[in-house]
Amino acid sequence: MGVEPEEWRAPARQLLTLRRLEIATPALVIVVVLGIAGALSGSAGAWAAAGAVVVIAALSWRFVERRYGSWGYAERGDDLLVRRGVMFARLSVVPYGRMQFIDVTAGPLERAFGLATVRLHTAAAATDARIPGLQREEAARLRDRLAELGEAQAAGL
Amino acid sequence: MSAGPPEGWQRLHPLSPVVRGGRATIAIGFLLVPIAFGGDTFSNATPQLVIITVLALGGFVSWLVTRWRIDDDDLRIETGLLRRQSLRYPLAQVQAIDVVRPGLARMFRVAELRLRMAGATGGTARLAYVAEHEVEPLRDELLALARGARRGDSVPGEEDAAIAPEKEILTVVATGPLVASIILESGWLIAILGGLIVGFVVSPGTVSGVLGGSGFVWLLSMATVLWRRFNQQYRLTVAEGADGLHLRGGLVALTAEVIRPGRVQALRLVEPVLWRPLGWCRLEVDIAGRQKKKGEGEAQRGRLRTLLPVGKRAVAIALVDRLVPDRPRELSPPPRRVIWKSPLRYRALGWGRTETYVATTSGRLRRVTCWVPLEKAQSLRQVQGPVQRRLQLASVHVDTAGRAVHATLRDRDAAEAAEALAKLTDLARAARRKPALS
Repeated sequence: MGVEPEEWRAPARQLLTLRRLEIATPALVIVVVLGIAGALSGSAGAWAAAGAVVVIAALSWRFVERRYGSWGYAERGDDLLVRRGVMFARLSVVPYGRMQFIDVTAGPLERAFGLATVRLHTAAAATDARIPGLQREEAARLRDRLAELGEAQAAGL
Repeated sequence: MSAGPPEGWQRLHPLSPVVRGGRATIAIGFLLVPIAFGGDTFSNATPQLVIITVLALGGFVSWLVTRWRIDDDDLRIETGLLRRQSLRYPLAQVQAIDVVRPGLARMFRVAELRLRMAGATGGTARLAYVAEHEVEPLRDELLALARGARRGDSVPGEEDAAIAPEKEILTVVATGPLVASIILESGWLIAILGGLIVGFVVSPGTVSGVLGGSGFVWLLSMATVLWRRFNQQYRLTVAEGADGLHLRGGLVALTAEVIRPGRVQALRLVEPVLWRPLGWCRLEVDIAGRQKKKGEGEAQRGRLRTLLPVGKRAVAIALVDRLVPDRPRELSPPPRRVIWKSPLRYRALGWGRTETYVATTSGRLRRVTCWVPLEKAQSLRQVQGPVQRRLQLASVHVDTAGRAVHATLRDRDAAEAAEALAKLTDLARAARRKPALS
């Protein structure tokens, strides 16, 4: 017996693209700069550093994929489940009746990809239920649905 | 009732600025002494007189612009001369009401009323100061309004007879153990005093040098901390009444607090390592409130109320039984392999549950036992770190709206944790549906 639902919903694929881009762009810039420096000075150090950056970027790339895969959420009858984390695997159960308010935020990069982050707050500070990388329509739908369910099941402190 | 006509705004007690000034008032008193008795002429004392006049005027203005009233179900306070503030405190969200009387306030026969509010942004409503004879009726009226009574209903009648402060005293802390426990818990104090004594024997000159310098100031601040604790917890009495849990105590500064029924978020029993040979422990309650911010000290946190500053374990457990009627009796230990992850904590870990409560224990040196009503659980979390994954373990957290106490089922078998998470979710849902009393 567990809380595992039949189906986890995942954030949009664009989130993975965004995260990959966040790694690839700086890595590419650094490698190009180091490459130019290496070509001009002919020192092996610059080439070695460029190689190291490539290796680190490749590892991060892999990690980001795994982390993307770990995100999931599921709406059940009375509560919302959110799971995340590769190193520290977390699974949160937040009853709708306990939600105090819901945030929807979108940073500039997220906006460029049409994404938003939904965050749930309860009266406990330790609650960390956050779902990043939702399509904007999905984020709005989730927000409205959670607000509605929260109101229907609200329980006092 | 003392609160006057329903539509009327009220002022605070006229002596409020004097009492609120606290130490400043005493300092002013000292400033006045040489003027009154010394050979100083008034022309010499002009700067002092100017300062005193400005302070007195400021205090008077702040008193003049502050007013409060009780609306149907909230308390409103308006204050500020230039930046006018209108504060509204919904009484339904009151978690507890304190009556605080510092030494100076007792001299002037006034008292401060503090309403502790719930919610992430809710602070504390303060009425400082109200005349001493008005404060208790006012508190009872606020409590009655918070319970949902209508204003004006509170004429003595059947209902009042039911609520009448028929209090039953549960525990009173003894003074001797309180002093001993404060000293014992501050292990550093023993270390420093021991160090000083040894130092004094070895080389008296050095020690008096240290004491004469900054060391003295430091000792004084330490003494203040210890004194504050003693002052707060002196003869702390816990009583149970129909309108909630009553705590009162204090030596110079008196505090009386009423925690509304069903507002207890968690109970915690702490056994510091140096107390354990004596079989002593401390019992604290947690109520909902603003969460601790970074940089906030113990003093501002203040939400964790001590029910029993020190007492025999049996006494504390009796109190727990009273407050947690459905207490989990048996706690199950974690699997043996936890010894690889938490070799020190291993023996102290455990958890148990009934239909309405979760109990957890932790801590090798400072043993802590928590009881959390499932009705108060805000969310549940299952966390598995890298080491735990290797050992097939996981932890389950029960988050509450309290400030300091969170029950954690630490290092359980992964399957057991998943099962506990599901079971506790179901139980918490059921408990929310039919609220039990704390």
